[in-house]
Amino acid sequence: MTHRLSWFIIFWLVVVFAFLYTPIISVVIYSFNASKLVTVWAGWSFKWYGELAKDRQIIDAALLSLQVAAISSTLATILGTIAGYVLVRFPKFLGRTAFSGMVNAPLVMPEVITGLSMLLLFITMENIFKWAVAGLADSGMGATSEVVRVLFGWVEGRGFITVVIAHVTFTMSYIAVVMRSRFLVLDLSLEEAAQDLGAKPLKVFFVITLPIVLPAIISGWLLGFTISLDDLVITAFTNGPGTTTLPQVVFSKVRLGLDPKINALATIIIAIVSIGVIIATIQMRRAEKQRQRDEQMAIRALAKA
Amino acid sequence: MASSVSAAHASRLPASHWMRDLLQALGIRGRTLVIAIPFLWLFLYFFVPFLIVLKVSLAFITIAQPPYTHFNEAGHLVFNIGDSYGRLVSDSLYIKAYWNSLVVAATSTVICLLIGYPFAYGIARCSPSVRNILLMLVILPFWTSFLIRVYAWIGLLKNNGLINEVLMAIGIIDSPIGMMNTNFAVYLGIVYSYLPFMILPLYANLEKMDMSLLEAAADLGCKPLKAFFLITVPLSFPGIVAGSMLVFIPAVGEYVIPELLGGPSSLMIGRVLWTEFFSNRDWPTASAVAIAILLALVIPLMIYQKYQDKELEKES
Repeated sequence: MTHRLSWFIIFWLVVVFAFLYTPIISVVIYSFNASKLVTVWAGWSFKWYGELAKDRQIIDAALLSLQVAAISSTLATILGTIAGYVLVRFPKFLGRTAFSGMVNAPLVMPEVITGLSMLLLFITMENIFKWAVAGLADSGMGATSEVVRVLFGWVEGRGFITVVIAHVTFTMSYIAVVMRSRFLVLDLSLEEAAQDLGAKPLKVFFVITLPIVLPAIISGWLLGFTISLDDLVITAFTNGPGTTTLPQVVFSKVRLGLDPKINALATIIIAIVSIGVIIATIQMRRAEKQRQRDEQMAIRALAKA
Repeated sequence: MASSVSAAHASRLPASHWMRDLLQALGIRGRTLVIAIPFLWLFLYFFVPFLIVLKVSLAFITIAQPPYTHFNEAGHLVFNIGDSYGRLVSDSLYIKAYWNSLVVAATSTVICLLIGYPFAYGIARCSPSVRNILLMLVILPFWTSFLIRVYAWIGLLKNNGLINEVLMAIGIIDSPIGMMNTNFAVYLGIVYSYLPFMILPLYANLEKMDMSLLEAAADLGCKPLKAFFLITVPLSFPGIVAGSMLVFIPAVGEYVIPELLGGPSSLMIGRVLWTEFFSNRDWPTASAVAIAILLALVIPLMIYQKYQDKELEKES
């Protein structure tokens, strides 16, 4: 049963929502301001959206960020799903505590630490790589040295791949947490039924488990995508000169003060995210209602039989 | 002849059989492989880097690319504690920034809890359909860019920003209050950015609470406010711990918020690390700062980890 909410609680809900939304709404409104001075109102205008569309630096950075986010979130979803599965289904194995620690810690680890440590790892790998290639070439194994160069050459100078690896590492934790809570409430009877009918574990996973948890996988991927798209600090440590992502461009502009083009960009991001989240919420509620209806029908069918 | 037949035969086999035979030959079971994939990734890219940070914090600074060396002039591997850690303890700047970060993070956590608790409680007591919408409205800002949400506050806090304009228009103040580049702005930015991290675990906990306990207390004549502090709050303790850790730990090392909203006096350790690394190019000191931050976070991290494990046990 629901208790009648006290006036204080209702007042508090309103105040906190106002606190959460005032900055966001103000950015959206100022993005339509004709004045170059962001906070001085000079009438409605779309001109900053036009300026934004002409800004090659922002467009290029946005395209790069989308690529990084799509690739790293896909990899992180695969790793995070496996990690979530392992945490729920394998309660005992050697190194489990260490594993669960390594899954949980990146979520809260201050970004400057993760960023610095990843960069130092890449530099160490680069040094080992250079030493190995030179060593192999010196000892007359030029072909092997070439193979090593092709396989591990990406550690040199850093760039797209190092940024992706860094993003995969910290976003997979978020996805693992999402998947862990999904696997926790997963009904085991379907998997057991498939196993009883002779399906191999791997087949059970791909044919039964995966389709059931697909909605969670999709929301995990989207979460990873937005987190990767938004990252500034870890990217700043791990990227090379040619890979400037959108948050870095935004940060360098914002440091100099308010910029009407950033307001326009922010409004576009807010619009996309809001539409996405609203659609996802409606979709999930519909799926949930459908599931409840199916369950009731199954129960009724059982009762008749 | 025979070998070519078997090769042709093998090539027709599905790839999974190949893999399985190979793994079986190596004595690796499927379960081990499943665990090994994420384990090795995290071990290489999350755990090993910390060991390297520890080693670099003990290196010498040089003018080179990268700007540190593990060897002295004679070419011997050395552990140089004096330079980096010596600087941390002898220069009051580092100690001040360190202490200030802990104070700012702890204060922000308490403020988030005070704001977030009644809020999460309110949502958890709404009817399910309203609850879902309110929850979506909490998550929505979290999905929009963090950087942009911090940026938004600049437009509000500036001298000619929205807050000052409104306050002056309604005549509460005559001249703008300087809010940008102050510690107040840093607190505001941290509380604003991390509030959803406090609300969501609190909500998850309060939503599951057994309401019959409160009804029983009311039947026995307990006043609602007393019941709240005697029953609801103690029962929601795991949620309080989880939310507090999710706010406190990342806030200690926060860089973006003090950099954009704070002033020169808003010294925080994450900002010091950034400056040592990018501006001063003193990587050993930056690494030593990272180790120092980690030392302060070991206990909070362990509490957080313990909570995560407990949740897992309770659910399963």
